[in-house]
Amino acid sequence: MIKAVMMMNTQGKPRLAKFYDYMPVEKQQELIRGVFSVLSSRPENVSNFLEIDSLFGVDSRLVYKHYATLYFVLVFDGSENELAMLDLIQVLVETLDKCFSNVCELDIVFNYSKMHAVLDEIVFGGQVLETSSAEVMKAVEEISK
Amino acid sequence: MSSSSTSIMDNLFQRSLEDLIKGFRLQLLGESNFISRALEEIRREIKVTDLSTKSTALHKLSYLAALHGVDMSWAAFHAVEVVSSSRFQHKRIGYQAITQSFHEQTSVLLLITNQVRKDLTSANEYEVSLALECLSRIGTQDLARDLTPEVFTLLGSSKAFVKKKAIGVVLRVFEKYPDAVKVCFKRLVENLESSDPQILSAVVGVFCELATRDPGSCLPLAPEFYKVLVDSRNNWVLIKVLKIFAKLASIEPRLGKKVAEPICEHMRRTVAKSLVFECIRTVVSSLSDHEAALKLAVAKIREFLVEDDPNLKYLGLNALSIVAPKHLWAVLENKEAVVKALSDEDPNVKLEALHLLMAMVNEDNVSEISRILMNYALKSDPLFCNEIIYSVLSACSRNAFEIIVDFDWYVSLLGEMARIPHCQRGEEIEHQLIDIGMRVSDARPQLVRVSWALLIDPALLGNLFLHPILSAAAWISGEYVEFCKNPYETVEALLQPRTGLLPPSIRAIYIHSAFKVLVFCLRSYFSAKESILSSSAQEFSSTSSSMNAFTYESILNLVNVIELGLGPLCGTHDVEVQERAKNVLGFIGMLKQELGEKLDLQDNETEAFRVTAFMEDLFSEELGPVSTTAQEKVCVPDGLKLKENLRDLEEICGEFLKPVESDSVSYMDKISFSVSKLRIRDQQETSSSSSPPHEASSLLAEHRKRHGMYYLPSQKDDPDSNGTPSDYPLANELANEISPNAFNPKRKPSQSKPRPVVVKLDEGDELRITPQAKTTIETGNDDESLSRAIQSALLVKNKGKEKDKFETNPNSGQREKEESSRIEENHQNSEKKKKKKKKKKNGEGSSKHKSRGRNQAAAASEQVVIPDFLL
Repeated sequence: MIKAVMMMNTQGKPRLAKFYDYMPVEKQQELIRGVFSVLSSRPENVSNFLEIDSLFGVDSRLVYKHYATLYFVLVFDGSENELAMLDLIQVLVETLDKCFSNVCELDIVFNYSKMHAVLDEIVFGGQVLETSSAEVMKAVEEISK
Repeated sequence: MSSSSTSIMDNLFQRSLEDLIKGFRLQLLGESNFISRALEEIRREIKVTDLSTKSTALHKLSYLAALHGVDMSWAAFHAVEVVSSSRFQHKRIGYQAITQSFHEQTSVLLLITNQVRKDLTSANEYEVSLALECLSRIGTQDLARDLTPEVFTLLGSSKAFVKKKAIGVVLRVFEKYPDAVKVCFKRLVENLESSDPQILSAVVGVFCELATRDPGSCLPLAPEFYKVLVDSRNNWVLIKVLKIFAKLASIEPRLGKKVAEPICEHMRRTVAKSLVFECIRTVVSSLSDHEAALKLAVAKIREFLVEDDPNLKYLGLNALSIVAPKHLWAVLENKEAVVKALSDEDPNVKLEALHLLMAMVNEDNVSEISRILMNYALKSDPLFCNEIIYSVLSACSRNAFEIIVDFDWYVSLLGEMARIPHCQRGEEIEHQLIDIGMRVSDARPQLVRVSWALLIDPALLGNLFLHPILSAAAWISGEYVEFCKNPYETVEALLQPRTGLLPPSIRAIYIHSAFKVLVFCLRSYFSAKESILSSSAQEFSSTSSSMNAFTYESILNLVNVIELGLGPLCGTHDVEVQERAKNVLGFIGMLKQELGEKLDLQDNETEAFRVTAFMEDLFSEELGPVSTTAQEKVCVPDGLKLKENLRDLEEICGEFLKPVESDSVSYMDKISFSVSKLRIRDQQETSSSSSPPHEASSLLAEHRKRHGMYYLPSQKDDPDSNGTPSDYPLANELANEISPNAFNPKRKPSQSKPRPVVVKLDEGDELRITPQAKTTIETGNDDESLSRAIQSALLVKNKGKEKDKFETNPNSGQREKEESSRIEENHQNSEKKKKKKKKKKNGEGSSKHKSRGRNQAAAASEQVVIPDFLL
């Protein structure tokens, strides 16, 4: 199960935050800040995984990828494969790229709804649903009409 | 964005989400002001009847809630209104708001049931998908129950787009409303044979979750999973199936044999690293008994370890640590990679490498490895340095210092640790020093030496983290003063002015230790004088064996130094320090009077002599490790009513008192090794030798006979725990009588010293470093009912199946399945009741079957029978 998907910039501002287990908004903000503080202290050229039991509970893992000014973060538990999750971030970014052609942070800022549409096609209720960016694109285009 | 274009048309003055975002970025008023202004606007707009305005307002609100932490629960009803609009865009906004903010306690949750049902049955697949997403995120029991029929229909939908989402939602529905299993399970399982990889991946995803929660219920589906494992080429699907098999194989070992070969095939053929890793993980966690598979997995791990990619290195180390406990050879093979990883940039990699290194530690290499690690620690950042120290400490102290042979070396290592600049593990080191002091009598001289070095150094007093270590050092110097080479210097060190930096509790220990040293010196002085008087030269030399004979001047000097040191403390505001100082000074006062007078009198008649003798007796009792169950063994003396008085106390200070638990965990917390508590003497530690007196153990035996049923089961895995009471003293003695010779054959010829005797308690000898609390997977009532439901659904399914797979008689196969269900009798009854209520097609039939089956199979095994296809 995927527990959360987050996108934040290098200053810690969240650009997208979706939690698949319900929690109140204060807790969400706390978690976002917590994740950011861990991420910002990571050096370059290290692995993309983190154990974050203290933030999300037992058996939670975090995978993140740093693209330009954004951190893409996926939080999941033991029933997901770490490298597959890394791939998933890749799929997400590729799809966004196709959506916005050379996506940058501003695109994400101003297209909040579309972002959510894309994410909702990939991750459904905490499970990976679709891993082909072409399919996702099709669906998103339909929805945005 | 379309939503903004519609709102511009409908309400020219309302700000859309885009405007809001733009405004936010350009704002000049300060963030929180901007947000509160926007919130005010939203509150106004959202109450309007026009749905477009409402939905835009809701949209803005969702945005603020998600990214800026604004609470939106007050808009719940408005979300319900918006969702009822016929326009897709409004619906979208409404559903988004709902999934984001609704939870179990939302009062208007019930209102959306009908709307969701309508949308689930809509012709527009995107509306259906909105509704499904909503259900999957916020589905409650009521929603799940009411919408199960619709979900069932959708599971058979022809549109893959809808079907895969319906499959995804099934997980939540099952979780919240287990009876839905009866309805939907069949369709779910049918999808395992689908050719569409996305559908398949959705289905195995659901089964992976179900298997995680309750492997037993998915076990009968093993044949289907096997087929998928062998046939599928889609990596996502394969990864999930592997995870399922990992869970299943751990409860059904025979499965491992069957799947080992396909898994190896995959490992060899695939190029996808994720799949390789999953195969490795499956093999090392659940199939580690299969040699061929294990060898292949370890070879693959090796490949991961030598990669440059830090992710792969990290995962390789991770996999290695899973395999380490049972197959240490795998770790040893990759020793160099592990040591190299210790100096890697990545903190995760370093930590994993550290843990692996500690797993490789044994008697022979412990000193070498500790040396390497200490060097690393000196060069590392504080966090990692402390991790290193901690892991060395915990590995060495495991099982009462099992792997340490040379205690002198270890004690000096502990002293060295104190000098590492970043060391923050003072408390652990303190406990170990004292622990060693109590358990290993041969190590005491070295302990005293190391403690002396620590006490002498004034620089250490300033370091807050080292204070616990200093307190241990002081206690050791006092307790084992007979090994001290120069008591005079010790006392000086204990009373140096810089000790004012210590907290009062530790200072008190310092003072008391100084007192013990004083008593010892006096005693040796007096007994030396005594032996002079009795003119026995031999005795004289024996009493002053390794230290200088005390002369009158040196004693007087000592007393003066102490007086000087303690004088100013009589006015200190800490009560304990003051009290101890005054006690010692009082003793000295009395002493000085005697010493001042003529000394050729019969000294054994002076008060000083007698008091000193008495004090020395007091301090000569040897303290040993205290069992955590010791308190239970103290019999309550007759006439003492323990519970009665305390009731009054509760009235007075109810909130401060915690209920006393009767399990030993709380005792462990209370009986800590801090020095002040050691003065609580246990009945068993009365003699000066280290074996417990038989008197105490026979008292214990008697008590046990009388009150056997009140005794808690013993803590350690002790073969004697269920034995007769007479076993107790034997086991204890055995532990103490491990002669050093027992270790000789195993030693390398280079080690000259035999391992000293280490006192180990028979029971209640808990490790100071507590292992992590067991993380129990929460199997609430929901999970149990879910697994029951799945099992019964499988029974129903198998009844209807007429495949050749089941070569055995279907009836007996069924009955065996019934035998194998893990349902307890009272759960059975409640399930029967539920089934009667529901009146589903096969419900009653199978419940009757069950009751019959249950009676017949009283002592049935718990193994589920795997159909012959798989065996």
